[in-house]
Formats: sequence, C-alpha cells, structure tokens
Amino acid sequence: MCYCNRVDFELRPICSRTCYPPRSSPAEQEQRGLGRSPSRRRHLAPEKLLSTHLSTIGKDTNIKKGDGIGAEITDSVKTIFKAENVPVQWEQVDVTGLVEPANSLAEYPDAYQEAIRSLQRNKVGLKGILYTPVDRTGHPSFNVALRKELDIFASLALIKNIPGVETRLKDIDMVLVRENTEGEYSGLEHRPTPDIVESLKIITSYNSERIGRFAFDFAITNNRKKVTVIHKANIMKASDGLFRATIKKLGEQYPQITVNDMIVDNASMQAVSWPQQFDVLVTPNLYGTILSNIGAGLIGGPGLVPGASIGREHAVFEPGCRHVGLDIKGRNSANPTAMILSAVMMLRHLGLDGYADRISKATYDVIAEGKTRTPDLGGNNTTTEFTRAILDQLEKA
Amino acid sequence: MIEGDGIGVEISEAVKDIYKAAKVPIDWELADVTPIFVDGKTSIPPEAIESINKNKVALKGPLATPVGKGHVSLNLTLRRTFNLFANVRPCKSVVGFQTPYEDVDTVLIRENTEGEYSGIEHVVVPGVVQSIKLITRAASERVARYAFEYARSIGKKKVLVVHKATVMKYGDGLFLESAQKIAKEFPDIEIHTELIDRTCLNMVTNPAPYKEYVMVMPNLYGDIMSDLSSGLIGGLGLTPSGNMGDEVSIFEAVHGSAPDIAGKGLANPTALLLSSVMMLRHMGLNDEAARIEKAVLDTIASGKENITRDLKGTASTKHFTEQVISRL
Repeated sequence: MCYCNRVDFELRPICSRTCYPPRSSPAEQEQRGLGRSPSRRRHLAPEKLLSTHLSTIGKDTNIKKGDGIGAEITDSVKTIFKAENVPVQWEQVDVTGLVEPANSLAEYPDAYQEAIRSLQRNKVGLKGILYTPVDRTGHPSFNVALRKELDIFASLALIKNIPGVETRLKDIDMVLVRENTEGEYSGLEHRPTPDIVESLKIITSYNSERIGRFAFDFAITNNRKKVTVIHKANIMKASDGLFRATIKKLGEQYPQITVNDMIVDNASMQAVSWPQQFDVLVTPNLYGTILSNIGAGLIGGPGLVPGASIGREHAVFEPGCRHVGLDIKGRNSANPTAMILSAVMMLRHLGLDGYADRISKATYDVIAEGKTRTPDLGGNNTTTEFTRAILDQLEKA
Repeated sequence: MIEGDGIGVEISEAVKDIYKAAKVPIDWELADVTPIFVDGKTSIPPEAIESINKNKVALKGPLATPVGKGHVSLNLTLRRTFNLFANVRPCKSVVGFQTPYEDVDTVLIRENTEGEYSGIEHVVVPGVVQSIKLITRAASERVARYAFEYARSIGKKKVLVVHKATVMKYGDGLFLESAQKIAKEFPDIEIHTELIDRTCLNMVTNPAPYKEYVMVMPNLYGDIMSDLSSGLIGGLGLTPSGNMGDEVSIFEAVHGSAPDIAGKGLANPTALLLSSVMMLRHMGLNDEAARIEKAVLDTIASGKENITRDLKGTASTKHFTEQVISRL
C-alpha cells in the first residue's frame, strides 16, 4: 500500500525531513535511503526525541486575561498527547494579546520574550491565537511581531472537506501558502496630516521567491499538481506584478507542477462557486487572510482548518484560520479539531508518524461518526467531551 | 449609453429593445469612450465627457482596456474623470436560479477613489517595491455618509463597516473613525464594525444575516467582497452595479467584455439590465424599474430554454430579450 495515501492530510511542510519523492511505500523509501526510517530518522533516537521540548503559546493561566479559546483547545491537545504517551515534552508559555500597548517587541511583558526564547531554543511550537485589539493604535499585533522576529515567513492553511461534516460544496482540497512577513502587514504607516494616511505595502523579490519556492516544494512533497499565484497585478502593477512575475518565473524550475495565476477578486468568486479547481494557492499576506477565511467557511468553520507557520529555522503549528473566538471563550465549547490536526502536522514534522496517524485517524473517526460534536458543527458537546471521545476512540483502536 | 466592447454592443441592444417595448421615457445618447492619450495620460474623448456631464446618468457595458499601450484601466479612468466615489453592489439570490447558497440579499458600498487603488507605487531598489494605500478622511467620510444615506433610503437599519484595523491601524483606523463620526449624524441607523476576516468567513458560512446591513468598506476589500457576493448568487452575469458621484452616476455591468463570444448572439444581458433597473430607480422611475426587473427575473426563473449559456441554459441573446419583452 502506498504509504502516503491515507485518509488524513499529507502534512509535510519541510520536505527534506519527510517522504520525498512522495507517494512511495516505506519499503521503497527505505531502499532509496529516503524518508522514514534510514538516514535522518536514525539519529533521532528515542532519547533525543524525549528531550525535544516544545512550547505552547497562547494558553493563559489567568482566566480573566485569556485570549479566547486558545487555552481550551491547546489543553485538548495536551490531554491527547499525554494519553498516547507521545514522546514530546511541553514547555509552556502563557501569553496574552490583551496587554497594554507596546511600541516594539522589546517593550512587551516578559512572557513574550520568554515565548520567543522558548521557540528559539526548541525550534518547534504549538500555538493558540492571540487577540489583537483594534482600538489601540501603535500596538503591533504580537502574532505579526512573533513571525517577524523569528522570520517565520510562510503560513500554511489546509482546507479540505472532513468526512462527516456537511457542507454546501464537496471535494474541496486546497492548500493556502501565504507570505507572512511583508505585504500589507509591513506595519509601515504614515500620517502626513491628521486627515491622510499612507499604508505601505512592501513586496520584495527575495520574499516572493522564498514563498514561491516553499509553495512549489510543498506541492512536490505532497504530490500536488498545480500552484496558483493570487495577486491584483492589474491594479498594483509594480508590487503584485513583482510577486506574480517572480513566482511564475520560479515555476519554470518546477516543470512537474502546473503554474497559473488568478486575480484575487476573481479567486474569491471562484472559491465560493468552484473551489474544486484549486490545489495549492500562493498569496501575499492580506489575500491569504481573506482566502483562508473563505476556505474555512466552505468546509465548516475555522475550527476545522489546521495550519502552520514555517520559517527557515522554526516551525509554529497553529490553526490555519486565525480566529480568537473571544465570544465562545471559557464555555468549553470550542472545536479543538484544527488544533489537534495542527498538532498532527507537528508530529509529522518531527517524524513521529505513527503517533500522528493514530491521533488523526481517531479524530476523523469521531467526526465521521457524528455522535460527539461541538456547537460549531451543530452538536452540543463540550470541548472536553469531544476530547474524551477521541481518547475513547484511541483506546479502541 | 456607453455600449462598451465585445459583447457590450449586443447586450446594449437588448437593453434598448426592452426599454422600447416597455415604453420607458428615455432617449439614449451614445457615447464613445475609446481612450485617447492627452499629455501621456489615458483620457476619455471630450465629446463623451460632455455628453455624460450633460445627461448626469449613464449606462455602461463592459470595456476592455487596451493591453500593452500603457493605458490605465478605463474603468478607473472613468471613475476618476467623473469623481465616482461610491460603488454600490447589491447581490440578491435570483429565484429559480439555483446556487449552493440560498437567501442572499446583500448591499455593499465600496470606496472607489483611493485606498489600494491609489496607483502610487515605487521601486525602492530593484526587487523591492512599495505600494501606497491612501486613506483620507474626506473620502472616507464621503463614502460613509453615502452608505448611511443609502441605508436610510432603502429602509435598512444597520450599516456594517468592514475593515482590517488590527493590522492597518492608521489607514483602516482612519476609515473606521470617519464612519463612526458620520454615524452620529444618523441616529436612526446603527453602526456595526467587523474585521474583513470575519465577514469573509460568515458570508460563506451563512450569508442570510447580512440582509440587515448595508456594508461599506475601502476599495480593495469592496472589490473582493463584491465579487465574492456575486459568486454566491451565480456570478457577475447576474449582478448590477452603480458608480455614484456628486454630479454624475454611471451604472454598469461589471463582467468582462468576453471577446470569445462577441458577435455570436450568445451574451447574457442580465447584468446590464439589472444595472439599468438601478439607474431607473436612481432617476425615480420606480414603476418602470419594477416592471422590467420582474420581467427579467421571471424570464430567468422560467427555465433553461430561456436563459443564456453562461447560466447553463440554451437561449440566444435575442431569444432571452424576446422572452423578457413578452413578460412585460
């Protein structure tokens, strides 16, 4: 049986660590000396893995100041990992976006610095979503600041129908690769007079090429066929034009992948009427946000979209469609699926495929069975009950 | 009437035929907006400008911007020439035309003159480009005021400002602040705000709650969200659009000029017809507007033999037009 062809996502963000070329059996890979057991895996001895520290960010011990549902859903993951004896040791940092305004990262409370240091030490993390207040001008979003500080340039969101979840449109299976460091999120804004604001959108060929390469490598590693560049180059001829041209040119180096491009407004329209045409989408920062939210709506909500933010040295796994969920916080009603599947991606990233397979299968089974569901999927079970159902499923398996 | 390029000629013809049959008191004056260069800038022929300024109201088919001649988009040029600051895009589910989404009835107002479409871009050094998104208080207040007035005129009680002020604190922040200031002048209408992320998500999950609102947003978000809304009800071929200025208003079909089917008699005139219905309402010809709108929607609901190919039907433009006329 093909090793790659299983029910869950093929989440192999960093290709050098994982099965490459894709869709070959473990035996074949072993022969080639690639992927699972040989070379790379060999020096990841169990002891080594046991000492791999991971940090969770986004959980807040102080309930009053928590950021939405982050704490609840990361707890769910920790419970499952513990029950499964996953050889991962957590290093937990509790931070919140609900803090006093700060002008730069250095002015943030110690917990933030600790979060960054923790990621620098451990390289891999699991993270909830931090709330960014609207009304405090000058308060840079910590989500954005973190990505910039660690140069986490790529963001992944996996938008795929989950069996058992009824949706208007079927057979959706697309991956959004979003540039994470520049574009509209450059944070550069001037106010020449009180009545005029200029926000700068920065596009560089360096970052465009980097994200393009990530998208193509991801496509190859995960046996995907097509990369669509999303842009608005008919209006922003220079900036989006550079993004589009850079990635299309890069595409010439990947003859096995079809490259096309689409204007963002058209892509949004296509996404709600014919999303099946999309495979891998690569976008500048803002369009990625928009499309990931449309995608989440298509497959049943942000609670079902796993994701990751990847840099050259660090990988932070977090839900792909970033909603804080302050409105349902503390009610124990959040859907932890996106977080669990993000954690599954993390396990694959660490080479712990066996654990990943078991946990993702149990999660899918529970959703497909349909007995235990959180309110976002029309059920009335709590996060704890949903987690419990996964644990029961794991025991059965 | 600006017939436009490609299928524009055919769908304009359909509109004229239907208006004649419905005895709408309108004399069309044709205006040709084929662009010319004046001092190296794309501009519209003076005769066309004069005609539109004189008549105050125009109906426009799709325009193709000539490629490779350095022309700025003609649509953009028109908006700038006549200072059309607000783009109104209603999207309503067409009864009888099935899409995966039921009960869509949204109205979206898009700021049309600045924002990401300011056209100000620099190459800082090769490989580094900056585009400027320009937000001014004047333009933000103007479009917000229009949105509130529009909401009042169509009997909606809520205005929803869509923004991304979490990231663009100053730019979208100013837009938001301007709308909130204007809201004080309209005590009968509530103001609500929402992040564009959330609007996208909710609109796709369940568009029905957006019925209550008139949405207003900066240029790019408006562009994206209006096309998304069109997607919900079946595409750009079914959605009308109006560009409003202080003096002049131009109603237009927002779909492309479809050069591949131009001249073959297959084009769908619905978008232009519904835009013209908006125009009639703007001119206060409400009875004519209602009659024509009903005839168009009834024709679409009447079955595949009466709708054009873009809606998976079989009718020609001529057949569709006749069917609409027969229902007047």
